[in-house]
Amino acid sequence: MTTQRITLTVNGMTHAIEVEPRRTLADTLRDQCGLTGTHLGCEHGVCGACTVIVDNQPVRSCLMFGIQAEGRSIRTVEGLADGATLSPLQQSFWDHHGLQCGFCTPGFLMLATWLLERETPIDEAELRHVLSSNLCRCTGYQNILKAVREAAKGLGKWVESAPA
Amino acid sequence: MKPAAFDYHAPLTPEAALALLATHGEDGKVLAGGQSLVPTMAFRLARPAVLIDINRIEALNFCRPEGEVLRVGALTRHARFETPVVTGPLGLLLADVVRNIAHTPIRSRGTMCGSLAHADPASEWCCTALTLGATLVAASTAGERLITAGDWFQSIFTTALQPNELLTEVRLPMLGSGWRCGFSEFNRRAGDFALAMAVVALQVEGGVIREARIGLGGVGATPILAAEAAALLVGQSPGEVVWSEAAERAATCFEPTEDINATPEYRRDLVRAVVKRALRKAVAT
Ligand SMILES: Cc1cc2nc3c(=O)[nH]c(=O)nc-3n(C[C@H](O)[C@H](O)[C@H](O)COP(=O)(O)OP(=O)(O)OC[C@H]3O[C@@H](n4cnc5c(N)ncnc54)[C@H](O)[C@@H]3O)c2cc1C
Ligand code: FES
Ligand code: FES
Repeated sequence: MTTQRITLTVNGMTHAIEVEPRRTLADTLRDQCGLTGTHLGCEHGVCGACTVIVDNQPVRSCLMFGIQAEGRSIRTVEGLADGATLSPLQQSFWDHHGLQCGFCTPGFLMLATWLLERETPIDEAELRHVLSSNLCRCTGYQNILKAVREAAKGLGKWVESAPA
Repeated sequence: MKPAAFDYHAPLTPEAALALLATHGEDGKVLAGGQSLVPTMAFRLARPAVLIDINRIEALNFCRPEGEVLRVGALTRHARFETPVVTGPLGLLLADVVRNIAHTPIRSRGTMCGSLAHADPASEWCCTALTLGATLVAASTAGERLITAGDWFQSIFTTALQPNELLTEVRLPMLGSGWRCGFSEFNRRAGDFALAMAVVALQVEGGVIREARIGLGGVGATPILAAEAAALLVGQSPGEVVWSEAAERAATCFEPTEDINATPEYRRDLVRAVVKRALRKAVAT
C-alpha cells in the first residue's frame, strides 16, 4: 500500500493528509479528514448521498479520488452552519420536515446549496430536474422539494413557471 | 465496494499523457470524468494497474468552432453544453441532448470524449456523434489518426481506439442555418440510461427536405444510422404522414436488443415513438 502526501482545502481549512490514490474523495473526507457528515450510500454514483461541492460544482464524492481534489476548494455539509446558526436552507429543511432518518440529507443539502447559489432563478421544473439527481428512502420527496422551494423564495431566487 | 490499488499519474501536458500511455497502455486506463470508470472500478469489473488522470491537462479543455467544425477537447464536461456553446442548430441540439445525460452532479464531471471512448450503447453523445457524422482524433506518440464516427463504434463498449491512444478531441460538423435537429428518448426514471433514443437532423430548403439523418441509440450494441428511414424523407415536405412512414421504417431497420427492460417488439415500438417525436421537435424549433 503506497500512500501519497496531499493537502486538501475543505470548508476553507487545510488538511495535510496521507492517502492511497484508490481512496475516493468521500472516503478521504471521512477517514483522513474526520469529516463524517458526507455519507456513502451506493458508492457507485447512483444515490447522491455523497454529493459535495468542488470548485463551485456539485459532484459525487464517491466517483472522484481524494488525490484528484488537491488544490481544489471543497465544501461539505459541515461548512453550512455558522456555529449554532443553521444556513437558511438547513433551517428550511427543519421547518418543513425535509428529513426523516437524515441519511440522504447531507447530499441533498449540498446539491440544493449549489442550486440556490447559482445566478439563474429557479422555477418548479428546474427544481425537480436538479433534485431528481438524489435518492431518499424516507420522505417521499415532497417535503424536500418544499424545503428548497421555500428557501429559494426567502432568498429571492424563486420564479413561478409560466402557466402551461 | 472500494476500487483496487493502482499507480496514479496526473500528467500536465498531452505529450506527457501520451508517453505514459506508450508505456502503460495495456495495463493502464485514462481517467477523464470518472463517471463510468470509477463505478466499474468500485464493482471491481475493472482493475487497472495504472491510472492516467487527464484532468490537469488544461490544453485539452477547449470547445470552439473552427471553420466547418466544432472542436471539443477531451476535458470538456457534459455541463458545458447546457447553455448553447455555438449559435445555430448545433448548439441548440447539444443543449437539448445533454439534459438527458445522467444527473446534474454527474454532468459536472463527465466528459463528451469520455462518453465516446466508453461507448455505452445507450450513450446520448455516441448517438449524436454518429448521426451528425463526427470525426474523432486519436493521438499516440506515433502521431494522430482521424477516425469517422462510423468507423469508431465497433461493438458494445468497444471502439477503434488502441490502448496506447488518447482521444484528444471530437469534431462535430457545424450545421448551417438550413438545418433543424431534434432529439427524443424514453426511460422509466429521470436520468436513467434510455431504452431507446433518436437524434434527427434535417436540411430544409423552400419547404422541402433536401437531406436527412436519423440516428438510433440504446437499441443495439452500438448506435446505428437508420439510413433507409432517412432516405424516405428526402424530397418530401415535413408533416405527420412522412414522419410516420420514416418512423415505421426506422422501427424495422435493426435487430433489437432483448433485455429485462424491453422485449424486441416493445423496443421497436419505442423507436417508432421517439423517431416521430424527434422529427416533430426538429421542425418545431
Ligand atoms: C448514475 C449514472 C447515470 C448515468 N447516466 C448516463 C446516461 O443517461 N447517459 C450517458 O450517456 N451516460 C450516463 N452516465 C455515464 C456518464 O455520462 C459518463 O460521464 C460517461 O459515460 C464517461 O465519461 P467520463 O468522462 O466520466 O469518462 P471516464 O469514466 O473517466 O472513462 C470512461 C472510459 O473511457 C476511457 N476514456 C475516457 N476519456 C478518454 C480519452 N479522452 N481517451 C481515451 N480513453 C478515454 C476511460 O479509460 C474509461 O475506460 C451515467 C453515469 C452515472 C454514474
Ligand atoms: S454514495 Fe455516491 S452516489 Fe451513492
Ligand atoms: S431522510 Fe431517510 S433517506 Fe432521506
